[in-house]
Amino acid sequence: MTTLVRFWLENRLELATLVGEHVLLVAISTTVAVAIGVPVGIVAARRPRLASPLVGVANVVQTVPSLAMFGFLLPVPLVGGVGARAALVVLVLYGLLPIVRSTIVGITGIDRAIREAGVAMGMTPRELLRQIELPLALPSIVAGIRVAAVVGVGSATIAAAIGAGGLGQYIYRGLSMVDSTVILAGAIPAALLALVVDAGLFLLERQLSARRRAAPRRAAAIAAGSIALIALAGSAAMAARGSGVIVVGSKNFTEQLILGEIVAQTIERETGLAVQRRLNLGGTLISERALLTGDIDVYVEYTGTALTAIFRQPPSTDPETVRTTVRELYARTGRTLLPPLGFDNTFAILVRGADARAHNLRTIDDAARVAPGWRAGFGYEFLERPDGYAGLARTYGLAFRDPPQVMDLTLTYRALAAGQVDLIAGDATAGLIRGLDLVRLEDNRRYFPPYDAVPVASAATLLRYPEVHRALEGLAGRITADDMQAMNYAAEARGEHPAAIARRFLHR
Amino acid sequence: MLDDFTLRVGAGEVVALVGASGAGKTTVLRLVNRLLLPDAGGVRVQGRDTRDWDPIRLRRSVGYVIQEVGLFPHLTVADNVAVVPRLEGWEGDRVRARVGELLDLVGLAPATYAERWPDELSGGQRQRVGVARALAADPPVLLMDEPFGALDPVTRRQLQDEFGRLQSALRKSVVLVTHDMAEAMALADRVGVLDEGRLIWCGPPPALHGCDDPRVRTFVEAVAPPSRAGAQARP
Repeated sequence: MTTLVRFWLENRLELATLVGEHVLLVAISTTVAVAIGVPVGIVAARRPRLASPLVGVANVVQTVPSLAMFGFLLPVPLVGGVGARAALVVLVLYGLLPIVRSTIVGITGIDRAIREAGVAMGMTPRELLRQIELPLALPSIVAGIRVAAVVGVGSATIAAAIGAGGLGQYIYRGLSMVDSTVILAGAIPAALLALVVDAGLFLLERQLSARRRAAPRRAAAIAAGSIALIALAGSAAMAARGSGVIVVGSKNFTEQLILGEIVAQTIERETGLAVQRRLNLGGTLISERALLTGDIDVYVEYTGTALTAIFRQPPSTDPETVRTTVRELYARTGRTLLPPLGFDNTFAILVRGADARAHNLRTIDDAARVAPGWRAGFGYEFLERPDGYAGLARTYGLAFRDPPQVMDLTLTYRALAAGQVDLIAGDATAGLIRGLDLVRLEDNRRYFPPYDAVPVASAATLLRYPEVHRALEGLAGRITADDMQAMNYAAEARGEHPAAIARRFLHR
Repeated sequence: MLDDFTLRVGAGEVVALVGASGAGKTTVLRLVNRLLLPDAGGVRVQGRDTRDWDPIRLRRSVGYVIQEVGLFPHLTVADNVAVVPRLEGWEGDRVRARVGELLDLVGLAPATYAERWPDELSGGQRQRVGVARALAADPPVLLMDEPFGALDPVTRRQLQDEFGRLQSALRKSVVLVTHDMAEAMALADRVGVLDEGRLIWCGPPPALHGCDDPRVRTFVEAVAPPSRAGAQARP
């Protein structure tokens, strides 16, 4: 608890910014959902045959997991991509169902005698709607808005996956660092925010149900006032974060966050240009798409990943060939591959230090001798990929006592250290290798393709800002595998902030 | 619902429609303000067929006092009464004056009741507001559907008396639907008896006792035994 409070205090500016972004995402998306949902609900309430398919569609939209929804929208022009705009689209879609449904319920639930009185008094449909139906349906509609806003606060945490900011950033950062303090640092304010929004709208709802003529007007004024206030506070927070000229992206794991900071700080220091950080994007394909659409200007990729995952080429083992092929493929789509940073984040076959010393193991060939008595544990991805387990077993004639256990990649390190398994395939630069006394066996038959870390940038940006090009070239060969491992260790085991780690590295 | 139905209501005349539930009484009212259109035949209001009327204009010149009142729960008494004048675009001062006048007319002191909410009123008070609302834009025609049905006998009697007094001053053309034969006979210039969608008898109240149609007789005796009036009138 005290570490959590300390984390908040140390990062209070960032925390305020994230809360501001979160509130703004929810406020804007809920407002838009109301602007669309209420009219749709009104139309549907008048045409019962339209209402049930409409609510059905909205229901289906609601059941799509938000992460999947972001995935679907990624390639869609205008509304898709990464950043706040795509996040807003998703949040609006989620907000629509409760609002449409509550509008329909509110209007169709009005006593028939009352509606008929209005008609018999000579009200036009519009007058009936404005003077009778909407005022009487308002408490129900506000109840729907309340649901939409609370759901929105929750869904907005997922928006961090596509770089829309908000409290989800802490949650994702914490998840990738396996640091529960950082997860809670985002999760607790998000939960509090949901409670505050829920309570606020509940009060509004009760005011409206009180059926006092002045109340709807006063309540509407209060609601409008708070939205304006929220928007103001949110934009102030956004402004504090600043909108940079150069946008630096990164994927969503520790090493990428540190590399993103190193790139961002280097550009800031060498060129004086303002840099906007859009770190912690969902994964390889999201970052790739962001770079392609110009949502970000630069991020760090790995040559082997670019070759197989982005350009769908067969794996290759020669670092030089891979780099040339990838540079060529990037160039065709308007991106520039910069010189490698100096380390290769390939798969690392790891064993316990004690075993390595006892059996005198240096290479994977050495391990193949003792493997029949061993158990192995691998991440799901390693078992599936073309450059993963099947080929490794073939190349080295590896066989284990049992079929390899499938587990979360992050957990494999701990499982190895705890003796639950005897061999794993980790990342070559994982900080835990150092922290848990693990030993990396040499890939003496050169099975694994190279995964050299390389900045990839939009060619147009580099042409426009040659100083950025020079700054990024200055990073060539600066980071060794040991450096990277040490920095990952500082973040994962000691819980240091990626920005601080990057700063220390650049200033040493 | 209705079959072979012909009824003429003169200017300033009160016609009461009596009949069992489902006899078609309310349908008659709904035809007059064009909540319904006839399948065959025609309904004329002020000499014009309801099909030729703009329904909105028609309804604003026909006051409607509804079963169970139908006051708007989100509006005060004054705002309920002011609905049609405001729809008609009257100015604020004129609306306020008219609301005061009408509340006085139905026996609700404006100072006390104008800003009350419908759920703060008794059943009789709500019904008075319903009448005031129907009269607000001074329509020549007034439709009343069981206006005093949900009230206790004392209040009902009181409101019936007041209606008689109002009508002698206002001279509206009124169609009053009721299942209470005593009420019909007390308030109406003519009484019509409906049975399964047909008007089986129509005439001034005193003539009802002379009617020998068995359906009318059983109905008259069931709701108003002839012995009752004399017995109660004796001191």
